[in-house]
Amino acid sequence: MDYELMQRVFPYFLEAAWTTILLSVLTAVLGLACAIVGASARFSRFAVFRILGAAYVSVFRGTPALIQLFILYFGGPQIGIQLDAFEAGVIGLGLNAGAYMTETIRGAIIAVDKGQKEAARTLGMSRWQAMRNVILPQAMRLMIRPLGVNINALIKGTALVAAISVVELTYTAQRYIGSTYKPFEMFLIAGVLYMIIIYVVGLGIAWADRKARII
Amino acid sequence: MTNQKPFIDIRHAQKSFGSLNVLRDISLQVQRGQIVAIIGPSGSGKSTLLRAINDLDPLTGGEVWLEDKQINKSLPHRQYEQHINEVRQEIGMVFQHFNLFPHLKVRENVTMAPKMLKGLSDAEANALAEEQLTKVGMIERIDYYPSQLSGGQKQRVAIARALAMKPKVMLFDEATSALDPELVEEVNLVMKKLAEEHMTMIIVTHEMGFAESVCDRVLFMDQGVVVEEGPPEVIFRNPKNERTRNFLRKHLAGQKG
Ligand SMILES: Nc1ncnc2c1ncn2[C@@H]1O[C@H](COP(=O)(O)OP(=O)(O)OP(=O)(O)O)[C@@H](O)[C@H]1O
Ligand SMILES: [Mg+2]
Repeated sequence: MDYELMQRVFPYFLEAAWTTILLSVLTAVLGLACAIVGASARFSRFAVFRILGAAYVSVFRGTPALIQLFILYFGGPQIGIQLDAFEAGVIGLGLNAGAYMTETIRGAIIAVDKGQKEAARTLGMSRWQAMRNVILPQAMRLMIRPLGVNINALIKGTALVAAISVVELTYTAQRYIGSTYKPFEMFLIAGVLYMIIIYVVGLGIAWADRKARII
Repeated sequence: MTNQKPFIDIRHAQKSFGSLNVLRDISLQVQRGQIVAIIGPSGSGKSTLLRAINDLDPLTGGEVWLEDKQINKSLPHRQYEQHINEVRQEIGMVFQHFNLFPHLKVRENVTMAPKMLKGLSDAEANALAEEQLTKVGMIERIDYYPSQLSGGQKQRVAIARALAMKPKVMLFDEATSALDPELVEEVNLVMKKLAEEHMTMIIVTHEMGFAESVCDRVLFMDQGVVVEEGPPEVIFRNPKNERTRNFLRKHLAGQKG
């Protein structure tokens, strides 16, 4: 192994790791926002919204994320959507993550015992009051871990934007391989950095989960 | 007995789930302060009838009235929601599995609805919770979470939670069926106390002894109809209908076994 080379390129990988982190954070935020809208739609009183919510989930879970990115980035200009690679990456990955998170949130809400809603409604609470004060606080606790799984997948998924030339970890590795012909070293650095990011995020999720469970 | 207008009036209640007719033309009048027990085999429609009263399982036919208000009105969505939320505040319900809010302490379980729905201040709601929890003998556990309570204690808190809304009627759906035998009595005592205060109650139960001791009237339901009804001494000691007799015989045999 060429340690000397690894040391030399490491700072550039660190910089790329920050891009990966920024991409992950923005994707997670956008994904959560989409998921809140998506899950609300799936629980709507109106069939139109329920159908739209379900369609959103099937489309984004039913096609490769890479195709979604390509449609947005390469196909977008054709229908008047001009995005730079980073923007396209965040929006594409965010919409994709949102579809998975929609189902996570929906699952957690459904998993709350139905007697809870009945008790709340029986006391005279409205649908929304019951949701807000009784169902959601319990669903929140149930969704932390599965959302953690979504976030883990989303971080690894950011590697896809290398395909549209966003200079993040995977792209950086590929670029240095092009000039150094040392794929083992380059992918090793990228892999270790991904692992550190995912490990730290995992600790955060576990902490939040523990915190939510203490009652 | 009297010509007094019934407090709760169920008229020709019908309910089907798809092709399954669960309630077939049931009528029931309950006077203010009356305590009615509903007994019957599993699947006979007892819960469905009880839950029709607050429109938790809306009827497919018939009417339910509380005093001069029709409960199961068909209204545009918004108006219906407002109407039903008001009606439900007047009808307390206690479930077999308690359905306490596990994320809230006993205190908040009791204060949440009065604060949210009746605009009580923290202080007022706390005083109310303390009063109701004292009544059910749970004041010492006011700062516990439901998971820290026994089944009997949970059910008593659930009763206090319902009472805090100052309901006009209390509905009990097998309130003691999920309890260990030694915990049944503490819940029954609370219900007896309510009976002494002349709370109007409809009690679905499998406990014949308890029904006999607190109820004014007993309904025996089977397959979606009221087979026989009358005062407890008649229904339990001297039922006229063959099906009632069979049910009681089986039930008593089961209890001894
Ligand atoms: N939501 C539902 N969908 C379909 N069928 C239902 C539903 N709720 C109840 N039923 C059916 O209606 C019938 C009456 O149910 P109900 O719960 O009222 O009986 P019950 O007398 O309370 O019985 P138990 O003593 O077991 O509580 C049963 O056959 C049940 O399977
Ligand atoms: Mg039942």
